[in-house]
Amino acid sequence: MARMLTYAESIREATENEMARDSSVMVLGIGVDDFKGVYGTTTGLVEKFGTDRVVDTPISEDAMTGVAIGAALAGLRPIHVHIRMDFLLLAMNQLVNIAAKGRYMYGGEVCVPMVVRAIIGRSWGQGAQHSQGLHSFFMHVPGLKVVAPSTPYDAKGCLIQSIRDDNPVVFVEHRLIHYQKGHVPEVVYTIPFGQARVLSEGSDITLVGISHMAAECLRAKRYLHDMDLRAEVIDPVSLSPLDIDTIAASVEKTGKLLVVDTAWTACGASAEIIVQVTERLGNAKTECRRMGFAPVTCPTTKNLENHFYPDAQKIASVACRMVNGDRVSTVVDRIPDFSIPPEVSPESVEFRGPF
Amino acid sequence: MVENFYRALYRIRRVEQEIARVYPTDIIKSPIHLSIGQEAVSVGVCEALQPSDVVFGTYRSHALYLAKGGDLKKLISELYGKVTGCAKGKGGSMHLIDTAAGFMGTSAVVGTTIPLAVGYAYALKQSGKDSIVASFFGDGAVEEGVFHETLNFAALKGVPILFICENNGYAINSHQSKRQPMDNICERARVYGMPAERIEDNDIFEIYERVERASSEIRNGREGPRLFECMTYRWREHVGPNEDFDAGYRSRSEAQPWFESDPLKTLGASLEIDRRGQIEVDVEAEIYEAFVFAEESPFPDEDELYTDVFTEA
Ligand SMILES: Cc1ncc(C[n+]2csc(CCOP(=O)(O)OP(=O)(O)O)c2C)c(N)n1
Ligand SMILES: [Mg+2]
Repeated sequence: MARMLTYAESIREATENEMARDSSVMVLGIGVDDFKGVYGTTTGLVEKFGTDRVVDTPISEDAMTGVAIGAALAGLRPIHVHIRMDFLLLAMNQLVNIAAKGRYMYGGEVCVPMVVRAIIGRSWGQGAQHSQGLHSFFMHVPGLKVVAPSTPYDAKGCLIQSIRDDNPVVFVEHRLIHYQKGHVPEVVYTIPFGQARVLSEGSDITLVGISHMAAECLRAKRYLHDMDLRAEVIDPVSLSPLDIDTIAASVEKTGKLLVVDTAWTACGASAEIIVQVTERLGNAKTECRRMGFAPVTCPTTKNLENHFYPDAQKIASVACRMVNGDRVSTVVDRIPDFSIPPEVSPESVEFRGPF
Repeated sequence: MVENFYRALYRIRRVEQEIARVYPTDIIKSPIHLSIGQEAVSVGVCEALQPSDVVFGTYRSHALYLAKGGDLKKLISELYGKVTGCAKGKGGSMHLIDTAAGFMGTSAVVGTTIPLAVGYAYALKQSGKDSIVASFFGDGAVEEGVFHETLNFAALKGVPILFICENNGYAINSHQSKRQPMDNICERARVYGMPAERIEDNDIFEIYERVERASSEIRNGREGPRLFECMTYRWREHVGPNEDFDAGYRSRSEAQPWFESDPLKTLGASLEIDRRGQIEVDVEAEIYEAFVFAEESPFPDEDELYTDVFTEA
């Protein structure tokens, strides 16, 4: 029997492994030592490693990010945990002006080995300020690596890789996949940066799903299968650096690319992936589309929230029309009803906190 | 005055108890941060303010919203995600607003509204109005840099504002002593040159009297700002409808004195039984009506998703 862990457990296991292996690894963040353990991702660490290495911080994101960077300059390997990605907005100066640039602007004299864990808090009416996927902000900045694994297996390997890397890494987690189970080997392993994962092969269209959208793309693939369409589903895993080779090779085969992000599309990861693929293939005939949040603030009420997010049905609908050659309007904000029955993803139906 | 206080406290307590009661049915599909146990701060301060005064709060602001005169039907509808809600169902519990009542909005991000309140107060002063602003925040918010930056500016410019720190001892599950080396929030305000007082024991009369005095002084030309640290206690979990004394980070015995000194209880006991009964009957009817109103209201249309991104000419 394969060893099954949830995504959250796999993060915890990776952290525990690395803390045991390397005494310079520390965890800090609001509530990392409390009984909820940031959705179980830090549970038990303070008992094992003590309060010097597992630090509950004051509510001071800007300062604590600077403190983490300072500690990294001195040789520690901090993992700074943020229960909502939105709170990183308070830490932007330190992250963008120091963490990202320290190595370069000091001429290679120093390095900043830190991990910033940022959880995207979708679901249960998280609303305007608790749901944002801001990974593209960080992709924009040279000197930051950005990963967004979507499976428990990749979560463990990517986190270990991120901790061992000598550079700042923004590690993006989606709350709806925290409770998803998957195979996670007990052995310690790493997943290299810049390596996308083909989750499922197909020949008619390439679906690239970022973070939780990888799961929605797999679900969309099942709908498409019923209509005799074979989708190839790719999880980029690493957003910066991006593995364009894998995605472009797939698009060369299918001729169609639909990128689905758990974020807005404007200037986003989806735009970046499409441009890089087009630049690579130099083929104007490749049809590319992107989907993401509706271009508005996230509403709390459920019926609007359902329209705000892409889901398997909407993805299948757009993919189907792309393959069948129907012209889809360039901005895929509003998708007319489609013949497949609506099905909200079970993880968002089942989710009842904790918050 | 005692009757008014009692009515306001009772109304808020019962509204939040009802919210907690229906919560497990999932009719409210968003997080809620209850003020049960802390109502005296909002009521004491708001009773001392004028209707034209303005308040800014946090994600834990059902009590403040109601105390300042926010519309009850719109509150419940907002929690139910209905178009009749104070933010058309788009904001939820953490983003309440009722501008007509001088309730200028709340934020889910700790500390965010503190400078907004100062900016608003600055503008009021600039335009010669004698209204003042009260900024509500928790003991955790003083750990954010923005708290200090804002106090510095407010004191520098003599802005007509009351900073109201609702110190309930905890930020999520972390006690203040685990987050701050000193229990001295008032001192931190004084170093910027503003008067600051701590008010112990969730004492609604003390809060009312001192805020009343401070606000009339500010109105009569003595400059703000002032800070009040109001000691209080949260009875329920940080987020959600339940108690959490078995979670391990705090004990029921710590809460016991707060239960016993509950101003709702002591004020209730001091009222004549018939008067008290009448107040409760009236409030219960109003609450019942508000929940029915919310339940019967429609959800926003899909088109509503795309409105209000910008102010249109
Ligand atoms: C900038 C920011 N960091 C972290 C959080 C997560 N968070 C939500 S409430 C809270 C505790 C705030 O405590 P306090 O200011 O004392 O207010 P209380 O909840 O006790 O009313 C924290 C840390 C947040 N919302 N915003
Ligand atoms: Mg508090």
